[in-house]
Amino acid sequence: MTHAIAETILSAHLRLRAISTHAFALLLAALLLLSVSTPTHADALDEAFVKLYADNFQQTEQAVAGIAASGAPHAAETLDALRDGRLFANADAKRILYKTTAGDAFDAMTGGKVDNLDGFKKVRINNGVRRALDAAMGALGVGAADPQRRIHAAHELFNNPNPTTLPIIDAQLAKEANADAKSALEEARAAIVAATPGAGNADALRAIEALAARGDKAAQNHIATLAAKRDDPAIRTAADAAIARIDRSLFLWGLAQNGWYGLSTASVLLLAAIGLAITFGVMGVINMAHGEMVMLGAYSTYAMQMLLPASMTNWSVPLALPLAFVVSAIAGVVIERFVVRYLYTRPLDTLLATWGVSLILQQAVRTLFGASNRQVYSPPFLSGAYHWGGLEITNNRLWIILLSGAVFAALLFVLHATSFGLQMRAVTQNRRMASAMGISTARVDMMAFALGSGVAGIAGVALSQIDNVSPNLGQGYIVDSFMVVVFGGVGNLWGAALGAVTLGLANKILEPLIGAVQGQIALLVFIILFIQKRPRGLFAQKGRAVES
Amino acid sequence: MNNALDRAGWIFVAIMALAAVLVPVAALGTPEGALVHMPSYLVQLLGKYLCYAILAIALDLVWGYCGILSLGHGAFFALGGYAMGMYLMRQIGARGVYANPLLPDFMVFLNWKALPIAWWGFNSFAYAMLMVVLVPGLLALGFGWFAFRSRVTGVYLSIITQAMTFALFKEFFRNDFGFGGNNGLTDFKDILGFPLQSDAVKAGLFCVTALFVNLSYLVSRAIVRSKYGKALIATRDAESRMRFLGYRVENIKLFAFVVSAVMAGVGGALYVPQVGIINPSEFAPGNSIEAAIWVAVGGRGTLVGAAIGAIAVNFGKTYFTGALPEYWLFALGALFVGVTLFFPAGLMGALSWRWKQRAPKETGT
Repeated sequence: MTHAIAETILSAHLRLRAISTHAFALLLAALLLLSVSTPTHADALDEAFVKLYADNFQQTEQAVAGIAASGAPHAAETLDALRDGRLFANADAKRILYKTTAGDAFDAMTGGKVDNLDGFKKVRINNGVRRALDAAMGALGVGAADPQRRIHAAHELFNNPNPTTLPIIDAQLAKEANADAKSALEEARAAIVAATPGAGNADALRAIEALAARGDKAAQNHIATLAAKRDDPAIRTAADAAIARIDRSLFLWGLAQNGWYGLSTASVLLLAAIGLAITFGVMGVINMAHGEMVMLGAYSTYAMQMLLPASMTNWSVPLALPLAFVVSAIAGVVIERFVVRYLYTRPLDTLLATWGVSLILQQAVRTLFGASNRQVYSPPFLSGAYHWGGLEITNNRLWIILLSGAVFAALLFVLHATSFGLQMRAVTQNRRMASAMGISTARVDMMAFALGSGVAGIAGVALSQIDNVSPNLGQGYIVDSFMVVVFGGVGNLWGAALGAVTLGLANKILEPLIGAVQGQIALLVFIILFIQKRPRGLFAQKGRAVES
Repeated sequence: MNNALDRAGWIFVAIMALAAVLVPVAALGTPEGALVHMPSYLVQLLGKYLCYAILAIALDLVWGYCGILSLGHGAFFALGGYAMGMYLMRQIGARGVYANPLLPDFMVFLNWKALPIAWWGFNSFAYAMLMVVLVPGLLALGFGWFAFRSRVTGVYLSIITQAMTFALFKEFFRNDFGFGGNNGLTDFKDILGFPLQSDAVKAGLFCVTALFVNLSYLVSRAIVRSKYGKALIATRDAESRMRFLGYRVENIKLFAFVVSAVMAGVGGALYVPQVGIINPSEFAPGNSIEAAIWVAVGGRGTLVGAAIGAIAVNFGKTYFTGALPEYWLFALGALFVGVTLFFPAGLMGALSWRWKQRAPKETGT
């Protein structure tokens, strides 16, 4: 619920920036016309109008606040006309009229059409009046029928508190039924009280309470403003406590946000590294072209988007998942059949040969698709963000975390519940013994390479949503993926998962402390030191096979 | 090392010695337009190849003779280059764009007030040369001590050396690190008071580089032919057995690793004045891997083959990137695949049918 409101506020805010206050006022007018005018309106309006006859800027300013507070049916048109110089006063006849943009004149009190304009003088305004008008027109929204509009108006007032609008807020607060609108109004009121040095102590304490409940940086600033202008010890203690409370909650939200970022980085790392962990584990060879398998996956997403008819654009990313898996798996099998299988006894040569393959693949993609970044479309469900308290959760990151969890679960299933998985684990543990038991190690190798590469392709689909799709895409992840595998240990999915989560979280925890690049460097140094202690990673294979 | 290979080595040394004399003569002593005249860009280009040859010999010493495929030798090369670059930066003095007598331009640009401690002393050539040796040497000592002590071998070692150069790559990109950020160090004016732009200095640098190629070769040759060299090769072929025989294999490896790193650093130091720039891209992991293919092409475990491989591959690179730029990566990639699959012994192995030594056996699985 909260996120929906926040989204509406955000979009309403943006929309309102775009259209003029003029249009806004007209909209309001339409709303206000629906509400029934009561005698009290007329009284308050009379009082305000009297001030207009004087043609004195200060008086006009007060009149503006009065008109807005009156809740009169034509208040919006009146204020709008005043700002545009279309408001006219006749001090002798005690009448005010406004002209529409079309040029027709109407009585501001009754709304009746006026034809005789004799004796009417334009009401002049200056910048002070303009400011009052801005505030008043904002405050008019506080009385709007739509709760969303009321909340938006309250937020505007919170950001630009104007003391003249206080009575309007109080009037609305007294009758407000919507809980969200009520708290927004209370916050706006608090901001205004904070900006008014003359406000009473009871009001100030109430304001501090409301601001502390809001608990963000802006609220903290308002409390600081409030406390700065007052000497009362009770208020000072309350303000200090509130500021400390907000600090604490901001810190905790920040921590949660960083944790989220860390989890998101971890999921990307896991997707990119888990295929590497499989091939490294089963065959003991490093596939330096693994990053290019990721890149092929990202380009498969692009290709799928190009192939699909326009009506199915939103399906391009889900449909790209199987395509990317197949494309990368085929590429993996080709590499395994034509290069890697001849080099099993020479792992260092495999490293060089697969590096050569990665160069060829990069150049091939560059030749086919061009060197520049390709634009991959993000369907609606992958864009946008949820807001939850101080947390911002972007949808694409959320989906990537879910995808990486699903891939991990699927791999666990394949490895532990299928006969192919059993064979793969057997080969990982002891190749020669597995072979002696009748397992076709060559076939297992090929399948493992296909599986690891295919998963890398899926990682590419995910990365196409958060990174630039370019021929160099894979290069950016290959070193980090190695680190995950080295840290977690080979041939064990849980090792890769723990490695990815540890590195992802550590990365995001270090980032605010020492900077992004420094954090990465610190992690690299940490891993170099870590493998001193555990040369085979967290989850090392145990037994004689390891030392061979 | 068999006789044919040794003979190839001596021929190479002789050619290098001849080149050290003849190239400067051809560049300076002949009129422009003469058939034997060598334009200065060519001198520079050849000088660059020879720096790569030094790096290749250094890498071959650890890879070919010790089984350590270091994917971080580009980092030692670049560190040596930075040490030289810092000296050259300080030599610019007040001739920079901002005419600051003490601070290099990029520091003035970053609004720094004082010279960072890391830059102290680099106005002295002797100190800079000491750093060319010490910085890569100490890094290799520290890194190798940790890695070899805990018996990190095979692809694991390759990966963490790559992580090392990757970390340095990132670090040197930062402006705050104090070594020129992504622009690196450039706009050098002169070395030891001689202008770098003059043909004579270029020819002189080539001559020095050629002599250093020979020095690197001869030092490495002496190492691998010594008693220690036998232990080194034995460690490559059967590390556990050596350990059981009572050898401290970590020390054996460490010595070769440090010597190799220093050699690479010297290569980098000679490289920078000839190409006129050093920037963080020299730390890119791809550069170090490319150096490995030079060695593989020439034939690992041959030293002379490594040097020839470096020169040959880079000549091909110059040709390809000029004539068919879009095919260079295809060619380089094919070279990586083809050499490892079909010619694991490299050029030296293909050239000499008497080359009996089998390809270095890999350790680890």
